[in-house]
Amino acid sequence: MCNLEKTWVKLGLTDEEYQKILDILKREPNITELGMYSVMWSEHCSYKNSKPLLKYLPTKGERVLQGPGENAGILDIGDGLGVVMKIESHNHPSAIEPYQGAATGVGGIIRDIFTMGARPIALLDSLRFGIPNDKKTKYLIENIVAGIAGYGNCMGIPTVGGETYFDDSYKENPLVNAMCVGIVENDKIKRGIAKGIGNPVMVVGSTTGRDGIGGASFASEELSEKSEEKRPSVQVGDPFMEKLLLEACLELFGKDAVVAIQDMGAAGLTSSSCEMASRGGVGMELDLDKVPLREEGMTPFEIMLSESQERMLVVVEKGREKEVEKVFEKWGLNAAIIGKVTDDGMLRLIKENSIVAEVPAKSLTDDAPQYLREAEKPSWQDEINKLNIDEILQNKDLNELFVQVVSSLNIASKEWIYSQYDYMVRTDTIAGPGIDAAVIRIKGTNKAIALTTDCNSRYCYLDPYKGSQIAVAEAARNLAVIGAKPIGITDCLNFGNPEKKEIYWQFKNSIFGIADACETLGIPVISGNVSFYNESEGKAIYPTPVIGMAGLIEDVSKIVTSGFKDEQDAIILIGENKKDLGGSEYLNVCYGIQKGNPPDIDLELEKQLQNLLFELIEEKLVKSSHDISEGGFAAALAESAIIGGKGVEIYLNSDLRSDIELFSETQGRVIISADKNNIDKIMEISKRYNLKSKEIGHVSGNAIKININGENVINLPVKFLDESWRGRIRWEMETN
Amino acid sequence: MKFAIVVFPGSNCDADCYYAVKDGLNQEVEYVWHQENDLSRFDIIMIPGGFSYGDYLRAGAIARVSPIMMAVSKEAEAGKPIIGICNGFQILTEAGLLPGTLRKNKGLKFICDTVSLTVENANTFFSTRLKKGQEIRLPIAHGEGNYYIDQDQLEDLKKNNQIVLKYKDDINGSVEKIAAVINKKGNILGIMPHPERAYDKMLGNTDGLYILGSIVDNFLKGGV
Repeated sequence: MCNLEKTWVKLGLTDEEYQKILDILKREPNITELGMYSVMWSEHCSYKNSKPLLKYLPTKGERVLQGPGENAGILDIGDGLGVVMKIESHNHPSAIEPYQGAATGVGGIIRDIFTMGARPIALLDSLRFGIPNDKKTKYLIENIVAGIAGYGNCMGIPTVGGETYFDDSYKENPLVNAMCVGIVENDKIKRGIAKGIGNPVMVVGSTTGRDGIGGASFASEELSEKSEEKRPSVQVGDPFMEKLLLEACLELFGKDAVVAIQDMGAAGLTSSSCEMASRGGVGMELDLDKVPLREEGMTPFEIMLSESQERMLVVVEKGREKEVEKVFEKWGLNAAIIGKVTDDGMLRLIKENSIVAEVPAKSLTDDAPQYLREAEKPSWQDEINKLNIDEILQNKDLNELFVQVVSSLNIASKEWIYSQYDYMVRTDTIAGPGIDAAVIRIKGTNKAIALTTDCNSRYCYLDPYKGSQIAVAEAARNLAVIGAKPIGITDCLNFGNPEKKEIYWQFKNSIFGIADACETLGIPVISGNVSFYNESEGKAIYPTPVIGMAGLIEDVSKIVTSGFKDEQDAIILIGENKKDLGGSEYLNVCYGIQKGNPPDIDLELEKQLQNLLFELIEEKLVKSSHDISEGGFAAALAESAIIGGKGVEIYLNSDLRSDIELFSETQGRVIISADKNNIDKIMEISKRYNLKSKEIGHVSGNAIKININGENVINLPVKFLDESWRGRIRWEMETN
Repeated sequence: MKFAIVVFPGSNCDADCYYAVKDGLNQEVEYVWHQENDLSRFDIIMIPGGFSYGDYLRAGAIARVSPIMMAVSKEAEAGKPIIGICNGFQILTEAGLLPGTLRKNKGLKFICDTVSLTVENANTFFSTRLKKGQEIRLPIAHGEGNYYIDQDQLEDLKKNNQIVLKYKDDINGSVEKIAAVINKKGNILGIMPHPERAYDKMLGNTDGLYILGSIVDNFLKGGV
């Protein structure tokens, strides 16, 4: 091959990695082979910087039918059914081409779910943006949301939840993490394990074009001014095509002619072929002249690296090709036999009757380099942990601060965003966006699945270990308050450049935090995604390990939502307040301070709290329940009042400063409401779990009235708070 | 009585209609693929929401030339009750079976919400369980629900009492806040909101049964 010098560097491989390829092949690779190694050994496909640490995450549990390593993880929920789930990032494409970047992020994660044989039933999106005070940020928000809506709505899969946070660390590098959940009959699970020598290999769905070439490599470097030039690396989505592909695949799976199937996402034909061959311990021979192309004159390099969307690679039982073709013909889609499964473990590519590439399939997957990088505590870490609350004096009237916190971008209603998503299609959404967790019923059973995503990245920035523990604990609490038992996690770990010691330190501590929290709470990680290089002009985002969590509800009629229900119901606070303003939304929004130590987290206590909630909800003693998180007691109380459209009268006794009492973010706390006749029972059960619960007031009137030590400190009409809370983001986006 | 649910490539509220009829109305129901050309064995025809043909060209523009639409037109002419919901409404206007057209929402954004509607005509095959002036709440989920009709035709609609539901507030820019219209003959309803998403207490809303239940009542009473 001519002029290969430096080519590997251009493709993102190091000299050492190139040497490793030479050692494997015992010759120089040609450009197609080099291209295949470059994408498969990119961080995006190989997880080379994260694998050595990811093994610390607990992945086993009695419900786990499929852990990490496949297209998605699966949890057994009884009745012969499984919940299939995965979350994935599409950060870099969304930064460069927000509509298509976000849309194809959704498209990709949906394919991961139905590839497993599941019907997708819900989407969630965890988003991070800069503060929307400039045109560029608004443009990104507007188009990322529109892209998610455009794809998900057309697919007929409800977008039921997620989270959105605003912080300037994401200004140039927004995060778009899309999570999809499906339901599968456990005896119909499909996997990407190629088997059966001589079985035909088919590419189905859309045609292959030049879009998205090198996308996986692009996602594995930092963003810079030059990133704009990589716009052609962003794929273009066609949700209509994917809807047809979804229906065709599910129809096909009913026929049992499919041996293995894999989505053609990042690194397209290369990853799908070598990963399926590698998992099955077989080889594959593909004739590239048979791949349906949308453009003429495509080279083997381009065909193998294309990331054209809405395609699948399928291994079919020999002799049943016609059945497959018939199903795809009905849906107006391509289904072309492009090769076969072989016994020699080689991935062999043929074009115009000659071999254009031939490498061991396993070398692309299992032999990818792994780096345990050097980790070092950032020099600035101690400085950002310094905070003396006594030096920060309350700067305004408490009522004013209350409104400021409740209507802060991070706490305000995300209605402007989720009202653009069809969250009701499929008529299974029992609780939609806007509360602690979404609840999706499973028709034909009494069961439902509760879903949430969670991460307070400011906490993770101040203390990656503790912050990550809190992300897990809070996700679990979000499910527990509704009445769902947490059963599994899919995680999306968004960090800066892992080659930097400080970033690797954040990453390492975050993994340890998630692992410890999962162990204590008994929740396995069944799938996930790592996204590094989230930096722009050398500045990293806040470490953002997003926890997507599923919970199981045995009897959907018993779920409890967060809004207050009836006049005179008692309001009970479970858990104790401490002086936890480090990293709080209060300091952030009212004083511009992002410092201190995040609240302590007692995982054993969290476990007790969850068990208490399950018992209270099971016994039907609770009318509403809501977790206390960002914005503290004040924000949680306001949300329950606004959502329920009811006022409250609260009487607190406290040794703390009033602003601390209201806005402290101490973990392990929940606000519930209940019929007055049930108070004694609730107190008795709380005691059994060693949790401090106290009656603090009741539902009453149309205003939020809070008295501390006998003095009225807050008196605000619910309607006014509702308008401030609900209208904030619309106002930011639609005025100026 | 037996309902048909016409399925186009890209329909995505077909299952919603199916369960609303099966579990909400306890009636027989069957999917019919767009390439079929006979609907004579059904009593009611439902054209569900979604993105038929990916909304390519215009919402509903390609679906209307599907083979099944010949059968829909034939049954329409024969007076069989037909209800088009959301994208189904768009397809029926594209096919010329209902007056007017549906444009992009005035804010140019997709809207998903549950909204209040007022009943304009409670004396149709699809609305006898309602009372004129009654307020009901139904889910909406559309990007192109902005109903447009010119002045002359609007006068016609009013004269013939063809406006069945109006939005209480101006949701999407529709002329006179129109949300549902019926043809002159009274056997074809086009409705932008989703009655099939409000059939079950579990979903927190059963107002959809006012519409869907009226169909059953009137069919059992003996037709349009």
